[in-house]
Amino acid sequence: MAAINLKVNGKKQAVDIDPTTPMLWVLRDHLNLVGTKFGCGIAACGACTILVEGNAVRSCQLPVSAAANKEITTIEGLSENGDHPVQQAWLEHDVPQCGYCQAGQIMSAVSLLKSNPNPSDEDIDNAMSGNICRCGTYVRIKAAIKTAASIKS
Amino acid sequence: MTIVKTTIGRRSFLKASALAGGGLMLGFNSLISCTFKSEKEILALPKEWFELNGYLKIGDNGVVTIMSPNPEIGQNVKTSMPMIVAEELDVDWKNVIVEQAPLNTEIFVRQLAGGSQSIRQSWKGLRTAGATARQMLREAAAATWKVPVNEITTEAGMLHHKASDKSAGYGEMASAASKIPVPKEVTLKEVKDFKIIGTPTKNVDGLNIVTGKPLYGLDYKKEGMLIAMIAHPPAFGLKLKSVDDSRAKAMPGVKDVFTIKTYNEDYSKHMFDVSAFPDLVVVVGNSTWEVMNARKALKLEWEPFKEYEETFTHFATGNKMPKKVPAGLESTAKHEQLMAEFSAKPGKVVRKDGNPEVAFKKAAKVIERTYTAPFLAHNTMEPMNFFAHVTDDKADLAGPVQTPEFMEKSAAARLGLPLEKVDIQMTRMGGGFGRRLYGHFLVEAAAISQKMKAPIKLIYSREDDMTDGTYRPSYQAVYRAALDANNNLIGFHVRAGGIPESPLFANRFPAGAVENYLAEEWSHDSNISIGAFRAPRSNFIAGAEQSFLDEVSEAAGKDPIAFRLELLDRAMKNPVGKDNDYEANRYAGVLELVKAKSNWGEAQPGVSRGVSAYFCHNSYVAHVIDLVMEKGKPRVQKVHCAVDCGIVVNPLAATNLVEGGSVDGIGQSMYCGLTFTDGVPDQTNFDKYRMIRHREAPDVIDVHFVKNEIDPTGLGEPPFPPVMGALANALYKASGKRFYTQPFIKDFETSTMRM
Repeated sequence: MAAINLKVNGKKQAVDIDPTTPMLWVLRDHLNLVGTKFGCGIAACGACTILVEGNAVRSCQLPVSAAANKEITTIEGLSENGDHPVQQAWLEHDVPQCGYCQAGQIMSAVSLLKSNPNPSDEDIDNAMSGNICRCGTYVRIKAAIKTAASIKS
Repeated sequence: MTIVKTTIGRRSFLKASALAGGGLMLGFNSLISCTFKSEKEILALPKEWFELNGYLKIGDNGVVTIMSPNPEIGQNVKTSMPMIVAEELDVDWKNVIVEQAPLNTEIFVRQLAGGSQSIRQSWKGLRTAGATARQMLREAAAATWKVPVNEITTEAGMLHHKASDKSAGYGEMASAASKIPVPKEVTLKEVKDFKIIGTPTKNVDGLNIVTGKPLYGLDYKKEGMLIAMIAHPPAFGLKLKSVDDSRAKAMPGVKDVFTIKTYNEDYSKHMFDVSAFPDLVVVVGNSTWEVMNARKALKLEWEPFKEYEETFTHFATGNKMPKKVPAGLESTAKHEQLMAEFSAKPGKVVRKDGNPEVAFKKAAKVIERTYTAPFLAHNTMEPMNFFAHVTDDKADLAGPVQTPEFMEKSAAARLGLPLEKVDIQMTRMGGGFGRRLYGHFLVEAAAISQKMKAPIKLIYSREDDMTDGTYRPSYQAVYRAALDANNNLIGFHVRAGGIPESPLFANRFPAGAVENYLAEEWSHDSNISIGAFRAPRSNFIAGAEQSFLDEVSEAAGKDPIAFRLELLDRAMKNPVGKDNDYEANRYAGVLELVKAKSNWGEAQPGVSRGVSAYFCHNSYVAHVIDLVMEKGKPRVQKVHCAVDCGIVVNPLAATNLVEGGSVDGIGQSMYCGLTFTDGVPDQTNFDKYRMIRHREAPDVIDVHFVKNEIDPTGLGEPPFPPVMGALANALYKASGKRFYTQPFIKDFETSTMRM
């Protein structure tokens, strides 16, 4: 066990925990932030995507020790009321079916748009192909990313 | 005008109210408003609610709560079922709050997500619930205003009496209406007067989803809750021999390690009790990571089991279905050999019209092709899990299950509790696809909680989930067609089977359209457990049949759509045989629609096209796929879909479902497959089990619905099976090579063909 200082969604807090614990389970089990989803545990589905210093990271493969003192953003920290442009675009396109993967999709999209405000179809394909949507909402995800880009610019 | 008898009770909401007030969980059952712009705009809650029936209550301020009775797996019932109630109640959708109903089979009909039947089988009940409440509000207004009830009109949550110029909101009359006796019969709206049904309506959980609110079983928490995981045999055909838990028990955070049996020895199973691994090792601890680590420290030995037989009771018919579970460690290579053997010998004749033997003998041309598909894992994005808190006198269960009514019985039997002491709260599900019809994980969670005397949440890892069984079976079908000298289809023969079930629907198209027809089937037992997978059996046979018809139409020198329409015309005008399980005119209707919308027949440079049409779950779907080759790889540019599912309740969600079904069909047939070596699944996670990815999805999916006034039919499943055939047919046009074996990608990887 080790005391680790975290900064999640702007809030500083310390957790006393096995330092190898993946950030995913720290968020879900210890910090009560269950918006970040468990899908595969091997960084192969993207459901657990969070932002570390603004970049998309699969939290199931990120030991909490490596997240210490870094700026962590989860789906809950994106906005107070769902008014982040990407969330708004997701609502506008009514993207979700089951909805389970969508937090991860949204976080990947936020990361993409941060580094590339006007992504091409190919850019979107490349950035989003690590996130599986079992319901097959990919067409809407792409449309929503384009809408979000237009809201931002 | 449709007048229906009401069967709705007065105080049927009691059980629901008691549960909703229980405060069982953190963040769940938070009220969901249908307007979700911002918190400021969320509806003001009333001071008092008045229950008009089990489906709805009206607040003194006019806000209406409508219960969504069925489990939500992503098929949109949580939005579309309340829309139907709201329509007949005649309220403004903006003033509606939706709540997930409790499991209560005294009020609600068929609280099950399966067979694409939620809307179809609840259509009348939901409408009646809304219409009944509306009628009670009208009667309350008539009594208050002392005017005849038939002069009271309603509009968007308001009651009007034109002659006396009186108006009131539903909220003002809700108290009086709640005291009115339930009318014996009510009048339903005309389809042309629908205002909510048929209007694109956003998902009521949309805001909760995009903001990461706790909605799913895996998100469920309770004070003092422990985490449990199970270990099941690594191979089908094995059972537990010995457990050395000394290291695991000493790991940090571990509370206990023990073995359980999912079902009691004397328990009589229903068909949703399928479980390949009834003897499990359980690890319980404080947190997920600790339990995952402790489970790795278990030393477990397994041994082969002997052949056994179990009996399942059919959920609807009550029929007993015996199932033999053979011993042994099965492998895909052996399965393929077995399927080839079965395909080469006669099967059980399921349907025969005319004289197929003679037709094939005198045929000018005979075409024979074999189609094969592997086992598939459902791979819902949310792995199996369930919360359970079992005490001496009751059980509170919560989580993702498609069959709560049936699994409640299983849990009650396992726990030794009366049925009414078992409550199941339905959480939003991270996908279903049939996997969560089989709720053994719910029973496991209940049994673990009972043993621990504590609230627990059972979590399956992805590997647990993918290697646990209830897969889509492996199938093979051999098709033969006989053409005469004029290229008329004079004989048709299908011999289909699978491990361990046949995919055949003997009475579906082209049965009824061919004079001489023979359908045979076979199956071979397996200890690899199987279950319903989105559009069971159709999810293979549609693609096989539609690929074959494409090849036959080519051999006959006919356009593939014209060829199908010709057959359907025969089935319409002069059907062969009886029991034909489709309406040929609706079948032809979707083909005509997709033909028009896709500009079929107009060549586009570089674009290869394939068509397909199929009927299942009471609905008709046709697809045209436009495919291009990019860097030697196929890319689906566009999918054109035509759907006849009767009245479309929520066009926005329905379109999304058809898009998703199309993507799923392309994904499963192109990329997916589960293989076995000595009983062990070769793919255990998404690194090896290939799922369709964002870059492999079509660029555009164009969805068209046939407009009619037929009561709604299935939609979750029908758009999925036919797309596989359209894809295979487009791939042929692109490559000159036919695709007979799923997943098709394997043919690309081994192919020497020029692309």
